[in-house]
Amino acid sequence: MSKGIMYIDGKRVAFDGEKNVLAVIRKAGIEIPTFCYYSELSVYGACRMCVVENERGGIEASCSMQPRDGMKIRTNTARLQKHRKMILELLLAAHCRDCTVCEKNGRCKLQELALQYGIRNIRFQDTREKFELDKTSPSILRDPNKCILCGDCVRVCEEVQGMGVIDFAYRGSKLQIMPAFNRKLSDTDCIGCGQCAAVCPTGAITIRGDIGRAWKAIQDPTKRVIVQVAPAVRVAIGEEFGMEAGENTMGKLVAALKMMGVDEVFDTTLGADLTVMEEASEFLKRLENGGPFPMFTSCCPAWVRYVESRNTKYLPNVSTCKSPMEMFGATLKAHYKTMEAVDGKGAVVIAIMPCTAKKGEAQREEFKRDGLNDIDYVLTTQEISTMIKENGIVFKDLESEATDMPFGLGSGAGVIFGTTGGVAEAVIRRCSAEKNTNMLREIEFCGVRGMDFVKEATVTVGEKELKIAVVHGLKNAQDLLKKIDAGEVSYDLVEVMACWGGCIGGAGQPTGRFDQRKARAQGLYDADQLSQIKRSEENPMIMALYNGVLKKNRHELLHVHYGKQD
Amino acid sequence: MENQLNFEKAEEILNAYGRQPSSLIAIMQDIQSEYRYLPQSILEYIAAGLDISIAKVFSVATFYENFSLEPKGKYVIRICDGTACHVRKSIPILEALREELGLSAKKHTTDDMMFTVETVSCLGACGLAPVLTVNDKVHSTMTPDKAIALLNDLKEGKEDA
Amino acid sequence: MHNVHSYDELVNLREFAAGSLEKQQKKVLICGGTGCVAGGSLHIYEQIKQMCEDKGLDVCVELAHEPHGDNIGLKKSGCHGFCEMGPLLKIEPLGVLYTKVKPSDCEEIVEKSVLGDEIVKHLLYQLDGKSYQHQEEIPFYKKQTRVVLANCGQSDAEDVLEYIAKGGYSALAKALSSMTGEEVCKQISESNLRGRGGGGFPTGRKWEQVRRQAEPVKYIVCNGDEGDPGAFMDRSIMEGDPHKMLEGMMIAGYAAGAQEGYIYVRAEYPLAVNRLRTAIRKAEEIGLLGENILGSGFNFKLHINRGAGAFVCGEGSALTTSIEGKRGMPRVKPPRTVEQGLFGKPTVLNNVETFANVPEIILNGAAWFKSIGPENSPGTKAFALTGNVNNTGLIEVPMGTTLREVIFDIGGGVKNGKAFKAVQIGGPSGGCLTSEHLDLPMDFDSLKKVGAMVGSGGLVVMDDSTCMVEVSRFFMNFTQNESCGKCVPCREGTKRMLEILERIVRGEGTSEDLDLLSELAATISETALCGLGKTAASPVQSTLKYFRDEYEAHVIEKRCPAGDCKALRVIQIDPALCKGCSKCSKTCPVGAISGKIKEPFSINTKTCIKCGACIAACPFKAIKEA
Repeated sequence: MSKGIMYIDGKRVAFDGEKNVLAVIRKAGIEIPTFCYYSELSVYGACRMCVVENERGGIEASCSMQPRDGMKIRTNTARLQKHRKMILELLLAAHCRDCTVCEKNGRCKLQELALQYGIRNIRFQDTREKFELDKTSPSILRDPNKCILCGDCVRVCEEVQGMGVIDFAYRGSKLQIMPAFNRKLSDTDCIGCGQCAAVCPTGAITIRGDIGRAWKAIQDPTKRVIVQVAPAVRVAIGEEFGMEAGENTMGKLVAALKMMGVDEVFDTTLGADLTVMEEASEFLKRLENGGPFPMFTSCCPAWVRYVESRNTKYLPNVSTCKSPMEMFGATLKAHYKTMEAVDGKGAVVIAIMPCTAKKGEAQREEFKRDGLNDIDYVLTTQEISTMIKENGIVFKDLESEATDMPFGLGSGAGVIFGTTGGVAEAVIRRCSAEKNTNMLREIEFCGVRGMDFVKEATVTVGEKELKIAVVHGLKNAQDLLKKIDAGEVSYDLVEVMACWGGCIGGAGQPTGRFDQRKARAQGLYDADQLSQIKRSEENPMIMALYNGVLKKNRHELLHVHYGKQD
Repeated sequence: MENQLNFEKAEEILNAYGRQPSSLIAIMQDIQSEYRYLPQSILEYIAAGLDISIAKVFSVATFYENFSLEPKGKYVIRICDGTACHVRKSIPILEALREELGLSAKKHTTDDMMFTVETVSCLGACGLAPVLTVNDKVHSTMTPDKAIALLNDLKEGKEDA
Repeated sequence: MHNVHSYDELVNLREFAAGSLEKQQKKVLICGGTGCVAGGSLHIYEQIKQMCEDKGLDVCVELAHEPHGDNIGLKKSGCHGFCEMGPLLKIEPLGVLYTKVKPSDCEEIVEKSVLGDEIVKHLLYQLDGKSYQHQEEIPFYKKQTRVVLANCGQSDAEDVLEYIAKGGYSALAKALSSMTGEEVCKQISESNLRGRGGGGFPTGRKWEQVRRQAEPVKYIVCNGDEGDPGAFMDRSIMEGDPHKMLEGMMIAGYAAGAQEGYIYVRAEYPLAVNRLRTAIRKAEEIGLLGENILGSGFNFKLHINRGAGAFVCGEGSALTTSIEGKRGMPRVKPPRTVEQGLFGKPTVLNNVETFANVPEIILNGAAWFKSIGPENSPGTKAFALTGNVNNTGLIEVPMGTTLREVIFDIGGGVKNGKAFKAVQIGGPSGGCLTSEHLDLPMDFDSLKKVGAMVGSGGLVVMDDSTCMVEVSRFFMNFTQNESCGKCVPCREGTKRMLEILERIVRGEGTSEDLDLLSELAATISETALCGLGKTAASPVQSTLKYFRDEYEAHVIEKRCPAGDCKALRVIQIDPALCKGCSKCSKTCPVGAISGKIKEPFSINTKTCIKCGACIAACPFKAIKEA
C-alpha cells in the first residue's frame, strides 16, 4: 500500500493505503460527486462525475487514479464544473422529471446533484422511450424509466450476492438493465434481498411499499394491530433521525408506534428465542440421526430462496425452523384468535424488518393458515421511519417506552440474531452444557463474531467437536458451498445471511456501509450485554409459550418444509 | 417451434469448448451457425452448462451485433455501410431492397423467412464499394438495379449462396 | 511431412523449399484477397488450373514436401492492393500484371503467357494511353515502399513452405538462437517501432514492461479487430501473409516471456480467419508452433477468437474482455494491460501490422528500420485508400509521405475529374484534412498536431460533391451505433450530437446547435472513459474547424453547398423552358406539382419530398435543382 502526500486544490493531503484518489479527496473533506462509485464494489468508472484535473490540464476520473506522492490535482475548476453540468444535463435529458411524486424524492442522488450544480435548463429534446414498470416482485419495484445505467445494482447482484439476476442488455443508447429476455422479476431467481434498491442512486429500483395498507389497518377501529420489531431495526432506525448508527432506540420506536395508534408492540427477539430452541433441538436430533450435514440456518428468506431455485440438493440440509418473524407471527395469530372471539377485533400482524426479502417470505403459501397470512404486512426500517415522519413525531426527543406484555421479552441470545454470527452464537449457547459466564465469554471469542465474510469455529458439545461456519453475503455463501461440494471443507452447522453484516445490513435499513454495519452489530452486542437473560431457554416467556399456545401444534406453528422436498 | 430443438448439438458444442465460460462468445457463434439464431431455450441450456447466469448470457448475446435472438431468413443480405460504400451511395441500395421486400428499419426479415436485410459495418472490401453480402458471399460495385436483379436470381434459385 | 526440431533443420527445409520453388517454371499468382474473390478470382483460378491440367501440365498448387519435377506453380496470393483493377493476375518470371481479368480471358492467358512467353496486351494496366507491363512501373505502385506487404501478392498466402523458402521464420530462429528476450525488446525499442493501431505507443517499451512483470503467466494478444470503416490493411496482411504476423507474435512471446497468444479477428473477415487457421495448423505441423520450438525450449500456442460485431472491441481493454467471453466494454485503467490484461495477466497487445513489422526488424536491425521515414515515426505505414479517388486499394508508404503524394501520385487523383475537398483519416476517431494539409507529412506526431490521427490507416477521399456536415453525421451515426453505452458522455452525448446533426442536415438546425455541438464535443473528448469515446467527437470537431461555413450555410441559409443533403434540395421548374406538358405532375408521387396545360407548371415546395422523379420525367430539362 502506498503512502505519501498529494496536493488537492492546493491543500496538502496525506494518503496511506487509500485505494484511489477519490478516497483521498473524500478524506480531505471534499464531497466529490459520484453515481457509480461504491467503495465496497468494483470500480466501474462510468458516470465520469468524479473527474479531476491534473497539473498538465489533463482530465481523469479520480475513482480510477492511483494516488502518487507529490501528485497535484484540482477538483473544481471551471472546466470540470462545465463537464459535470453537461453530464448532469445529459442524464436528466434521458430521465423522467416528476420528482415530487417519486418514491426516491429527497433521497435521490440525481436530484441532489442537479440541485447542487444548479441545473435549470435541459437543452435536449425528450426522445425517451417509455418502459413498463415491473411490479411483480413482492420486495422491489423496478422502473426502468428512472435508470441512469450506473450499474450499481448489477454489480451488487453479482459481486455481493452472486445471483446475477439483472444485467446490462443491448448497448450504446439502447443500453438497459434488465433480467434475461426482459423477464419480470417474478419469473427470475431474484431472492428479493433488495440490495440493488439499496445502492440505486435514483428511483429506478425501489422497495415495494406497504405504508398505505399499514396506515389503513392502524386507522381501522375494527382491527387489532400488533407489531413485532426485529432486533436489527433498533440499532439503525435512529440514523434516519440524525442519531448515531448502533444507538439502541427500541424504546423510542415503541413510543412512536404507540403514538401512531398501534395496539400492541412486541419484540421479534422472542421469535428468535423460539428459533434458538427449535433449531438447537433439530440440530441435536440431526447429531443423533447422523445428518444430513451441514445443517444450514433458515432465518434468512433470501438464502432460502437461493437454495430453492439454484441449489436444491441442499434443501434437506436447511433447517425446518421457520424464521423468527414467521414463528412469532404464527404464534401471535394463534394467540389472538382467542381474543378475537371475545371482542371481535381481527388481528393484523405487522412486522418491522430490516429486510425486503421478508416481504416475499410473508406472502409465501406455507405461511398462510385458513387463507390468511401469519404476517399481514412487512414494513422496512425505512418505511416505518417515513411513517413516523409523516405523523410529525420528533423521534429523537421521545421518551422510551417498554414493549407490551406478554410477548415483549427477549433474551440476549435472541437479540444478536440481527448480526452475522448471532444465530450461530445463540445456538451454541443453547447447545453447550455449561451455563456459566465463563462459557459465555468462551463462546463470544470462539470466532463467530466480527465482519469477516467466512468465520469458522469449533465448539465441543457433549463428547463431540462440532465445526461451525458463519458466512454472510450470498456470493461468499455460494463460494463456501462450492468448497463443501469439492470436499475441501466440511461443517456441522452453517449460518448463512444473504446481506453483508447479516440483518443489520439488510436493504430495508437506512443506507449504510461497513462502518455503520459494524456500529450496528456492536449495538446489538451491547444490548445482549445489558440483558438479564442471556440464553433463550432462560426466557420465561418461552416456557409459557411451550406450555400454552404452542402445546398442541408446536410443529405446525414453528416448522416448515421448503421447496419440493417430500 | 423451440420445443423441437435439439439439445444434443448444443451439448456437443459446449463440450467442444470444454465448458469454459470464457468461450461463451465462440459457443454462441457455433450455436448460431447451427440453429441460424440463438433460441431462448438453448441459451438457458448453455447458461446452465457453463454455470453462469442467464442474465449474463443474454447480456453478452445482446451486446454483439452479429447475434440474433430471432430467426433469420434463408438468405441474409447485408449491405455494407462503411465509409467507402457510404460515399459511393450504399443507402439507396438498402432502400431499394427494403422496398422490394416490404421490409423496414424495424422489420428485417420477410414473413416467408426467405430474406433478411440488414446493414453491416465495413466489410473491408472498400475497393469494390458499394458491396453487399448474401450469406457471406461478397457482391461488389452494386447499384439498386443490380441488387434487385440479384434478389430475383436468388428467388429463382439461379444464384446460390 | 517435414518437422523441424532445430535451426539446422529449418535451414535445410528452407533450401529444399527454395529448390522446389525454382522448379516452378511459371508461377501464376491469382489474387485471393476479399476484393478480387468478390470479383470472381476463384473461378479464374479454377479455370486456369483445369486448362493447364487439360494441356498435360504438371500444376502445383502447394509446395510439396517431397522432391518434385518441373511444374507450373498456381497460387492464390494475398491482396495486391490494386483492388480497383481486380481481379488481378500476375505471372512470374514474365513479371506481368494482368488487370480486370475475366473468365473468358483465361484461355488466352494460358496459351500465350503460361505455355509461351507472350503478353496479353489488352489485360495490361493502361493510363493516359500508356500500358504498363510490370507492376513496379505502374504509378500506383511506383511510389510505394512495401515492407509489411512485401509478400502480399507475391506469394501463395496459404503455403508455409513458400514463406519459409523466402526467408520466413528465420527472424524467429535468429531471436531464439542468438538473442535473449531482453535483447529482442531492446532491438525493437531501438527501432522505435510504434504501434500501428492508432495510438503510436512504442512497441519495444510495451514488451519490456510485460517482460519485467513477476507474474509467470503472460499473454500476447493480436488486435485484428480492424473496425474502422474504410480500413482493410490488417485484413490484407492476415489474408495475404499470415505467417509474417504469426512470426511477429511468436517473437513477442519469446521476448516478453509469454507462452500463449490470442488473435482477435473481426467476424466480418471470414477469409482472414480461415487463412489464419490454416497458417496456425501448418506451423504446428512443421513444429514451428507448440512445444520446444526449434529445440530452443520455447513453447508457444496460438488461439483465434472471432469477434461478434462490436467496433468497441478494437479498444484494448474491451478486446481482452471480449476474449474472456464477456461484453466488450472498456474498463478503467489502471491497472494497465501490460500489468493486468487478458485474464488479469500481463499482456502485450499490438495490432496486426505492428506484429508484421517485427520479423524484418529482427533480421535487418533497428538501424535499417530507422532509415525508413522520419526519426520519430520510422518505418512504413499501410493505408487503405478509398472513396472518390481513381485508384482505390491498399498501399504502403514510408511514414511521413505527404497526402498529396498518396492521393495524387499513387491514388491518381480525384475520381471523375472532380475537385479534391477533404480526406478523412483515421476513421470515426480521426479527423478531416483539407487541401491546406496536402503537403503535411503523414506521421503520428504531425497528424496529431492538426487534430487528426494515423488511426489504423483508413484514407477516405472526398470530392466537392460531398457534404461535410453529412460526413460528420455519418461518422456520428457510426459511433453512436457502436458506443458500448458504459460511460455517460459517450452514451448520452453522442446520441445528442447525432440528433443535432440529423436536425442540421434536415434543415432544422439553428446557430445555437453549433455551440451545443462544440460544448458536447468538449465534454465527450475530455471525460469519456475510453479512447474511442474520447475521439468520438473528432470528426465533428475537425469539420467544425475546417468547414464551419458549410455548417453555417445549413443552419442559417438552410442550404447545402455540396448539394448532398436531400432535405435541403430545392427543385424548381424554369418557366422559360416549361411547356406545360404535365408529365412532371403525373410522375410526382405526392402531388406537389400543379399547373394548367400549356402553361408553366410550378412545384409546391412545402409538399415536395425532393425525390427528383420530376427531373427525370421532364422531356424539356426544365426542372432543376436550385
